[in-house]
Amino acid sequence: MSDNTIISVKDLNLYYGTNHALKNVSMDIYENSITAFIGPSGCGKSTFLKTLNRMNDLVENVKITGSISFADEDIYAPSVDTTLLRERIGMVFQQPNPFPMSIYDNIAYGPRVHGIRDKRKLDQIVEESLRGAAIFDEVKDRLKKSALGLSGGQQQRICIARALAVRPTVLLMDEPTSALDPISTLKIEELMEELKKQYTIVVVTHNMQQALRVADYTAFFLVGEMVEYGETKVLFSYPQDKRTEDYITGRFG
Amino acid sequence: MTKKKLRIGEFFLYGLIFLCAFVAVLLLIFVIFYVLSKGMKRVNIPFLTTVTSVRKGTVGIAGNIVNTLLVILVTMLFATPIGIGAAIYLNEYAKPGKMVTVIEFATEVLAGIPSIIFGLFGMMFFVETLGLGYSILSGSLTLILMVLPLITRNTQEALKTVPDGYRNGAIGLGAGKFYMIRTILIPSAMPGIITGVILAVGRIVGESAALLLTAGAAKLLPKGFLGIFDKIMQSGGTLTIQLYLSATSEGDFDSAFGIAVVLLVIVLIINLLTKALTARFDVSKQK
Amino acid sequence: MKKTREKIAGSIFLITAIVAVVSVFAITFYMFLKGAPAIFKVGALPLLFGNVWEPTAANPSYGIAYIILSSVIGTFGAVLIGVPVGLMTAVFLTDITGSSRAGRSLSKWISGAVELLAAIPSVIYGLIGMMVLNPFMYRLEKIIFTGSDTHQFTGGANLISAVIVLAIMILPTVINVSCSSIRAVPQSLRSASLALGASKLQTIFKVVIPAAKSGIMTGVVLGIGRALGEAMAINMVAGGAVNLPLPFNSVRFLTTQLVSEMSYSSGLHRQVLFTVGLVLYIFIMIINFLLTKLKKKGEREDD
Repeated sequence: MSDNTIISVKDLNLYYGTNHALKNVSMDIYENSITAFIGPSGCGKSTFLKTLNRMNDLVENVKITGSISFADEDIYAPSVDTTLLRERIGMVFQQPNPFPMSIYDNIAYGPRVHGIRDKRKLDQIVEESLRGAAIFDEVKDRLKKSALGLSGGQQQRICIARALAVRPTVLLMDEPTSALDPISTLKIEELMEELKKQYTIVVVTHNMQQALRVADYTAFFLVGEMVEYGETKVLFSYPQDKRTEDYITGRFG
Repeated sequence: MTKKKLRIGEFFLYGLIFLCAFVAVLLLIFVIFYVLSKGMKRVNIPFLTTVTSVRKGTVGIAGNIVNTLLVILVTMLFATPIGIGAAIYLNEYAKPGKMVTVIEFATEVLAGIPSIIFGLFGMMFFVETLGLGYSILSGSLTLILMVLPLITRNTQEALKTVPDGYRNGAIGLGAGKFYMIRTILIPSAMPGIITGVILAVGRIVGESAALLLTAGAAKLLPKGFLGIFDKIMQSGGTLTIQLYLSATSEGDFDSAFGIAVVLLVIVLIINLLTKALTARFDVSKQK
Repeated sequence: MKKTREKIAGSIFLITAIVAVVSVFAITFYMFLKGAPAIFKVGALPLLFGNVWEPTAANPSYGIAYIILSSVIGTFGAVLIGVPVGLMTAVFLTDITGSSRAGRSLSKWISGAVELLAAIPSVIYGLIGMMVLNPFMYRLEKIIFTGSDTHQFTGGANLISAVIVLAIMILPTVINVSCSSIRAVPQSLRSASLALGASKLQTIFKVVIPAAKSGIMTGVVLGIGRALGEAMAINMVAGGAVNLPLPFNSVRFLTTQLVSEMSYSSGLHRQVLFTVGLVLYIFIMIINFLLTKLKKKGEREDD
């Protein structure tokens, strides 16, 4: 956990057509830490996560104002190549979504897309990434088999390994355990602890206990507004805002 | 670091994709304009209302129009009830199992058989074995087999969209199954059934190979109203057959293009009709 | 009373359903019944592998090797042109036009055009091919073969013309089937690829198309069936001499063989034509078999 800001968001507003989905969000995200976004469904936490690697660009009729800088560069500047941005800010989704190809090809997909052809180099990246996602030992004997044959929890770790393979700086995780059983969830949470030594992790979770377990910082969102943001322990022990208190004590959501 | 990369390869690939997508459109526009420009001058009242006759010095396709209508009429008269009946059996009576698999497989195979094979079969069976000769009846019997899958499938699709509640509601009121089918299912599935019928008519209008081998090429008009029934037993060339003959053995390209214009207009009307119907179908589904 | 009526209704529906089954049996039966005798009379080898077709000569010869080969090559050529163009068009319709209003209406217009192309009678394609393609091919032929001693001039009615017409005719099939299988690829796979920093085109070619491949293969096989079975249009543009299928040769296909000779044939000549029909039918049945295999595979992949 350090205090170096890696992503800085200022006055971010996002509209889906006329729907004002994110309202004046400003926050700094710190290097080598885990930051959790919590809040009831529909509060904008996932939408906000997707603005960080511009996955919202894919949705029609989205308008964004304000600025997000990553490593002191405005990621919404017209000169930015989103493919290179996403190479540095990777993403793991709610539902495990491995490609219908072999485990090896899943992991090697990103590096290949970014121009790595050398077989030995790819082998090395695949192994490192699978080890990084703590799944190498489980799949090392069937790297050429389809990734779809794995269990949900394994698939999700394959997806994490796939994201790691492009060597990102930041890893965005959109409710990465909501589709998984408790044991798989625990494995992924342990993995996140391990990963933050090398990566900055931003995780959206619907599960407050998870935020409490893994996150260094937590931000609470409500109807498009970021209500409160701070160190996780502080936020859960001494919430400043009445609405945060109501939410974490389970009065709504 | 994240400055835009120049991707020349992608630029060309995009160009190629655009080109391919517009090939279809350009082809269609070309076909329509070319046919109209070559054929419009031939299309006039005498062309549509007279029969080609060396003695009278006329060139006309009235006989072919009548033949086409007769083929459509006779084919659909049989194909529609059989196709709908088969769909009803598959959807409402049959229990999933070997029988359904066999029938559905057969329907699929029929749909995949090219028209020249239907023509060949029609010639061997209806024309020769049954002795019906080269006649509109032989042609129509052949085409029944060809359009059957089209009607069965469209009706099946339509029946699948009828909610089970309708069926249970009627049966729960003590209605017999057949009564329920007649009063609830068929009316609800009507737009889909009609779509299938119109598509089948379109297929018949455009068909040539199967008819060439079964219905022959005669172009005379039936004599009087009762002559229609005789005509069904006689040889009769449809519009497509006449187009083929005009363009090949007769070398009369003006007439060929004139017929092409007529065929295009029919195809356009059929296309618009099905569009309108499916649009209405979708609206009624949303309600 | 009511019960008997219900029973009768049920049996009538059953009978209508069986019509399709009986038809397929009858067609298969007749194809073999009429197509097989000539194989024994002429001999399977000289018939299928002989390349001299002189049915009306004093010493007739019934080799249909060139005819089979022409059908195979012509179909292959049509697929070679029609499938890439169709697949690109499908990609354009599903993944390039986007979900904006303008994109959707553009996609709707193009789909409409494709639908109409599919509905145009094949004789019209043949007619236009005769008037546009053949003269053009004739000009090319004159440029290429002037001074050649071996080339037989065709006036432009050749294999290339037939291949182009066939490619156009299979286009709608390939486009429609590809479109629906590409649309069925889950959006989440596209997101995953884009989130890894892949560009849109990389995503389409490396993830979406591979994920849709069994559907696309179905489209290709349907296209093969369509091309193999087309008769009238290519009969009008391909010339019709029995020849080795070289690009500028006048050629005859299994289908056009039936169209052009059935009317005046008799005796053994006619029986051989039935055999030609049988060969075509067997090709089509193989394609049908492949299709069911592909569909089963597609269903398994959905699980």
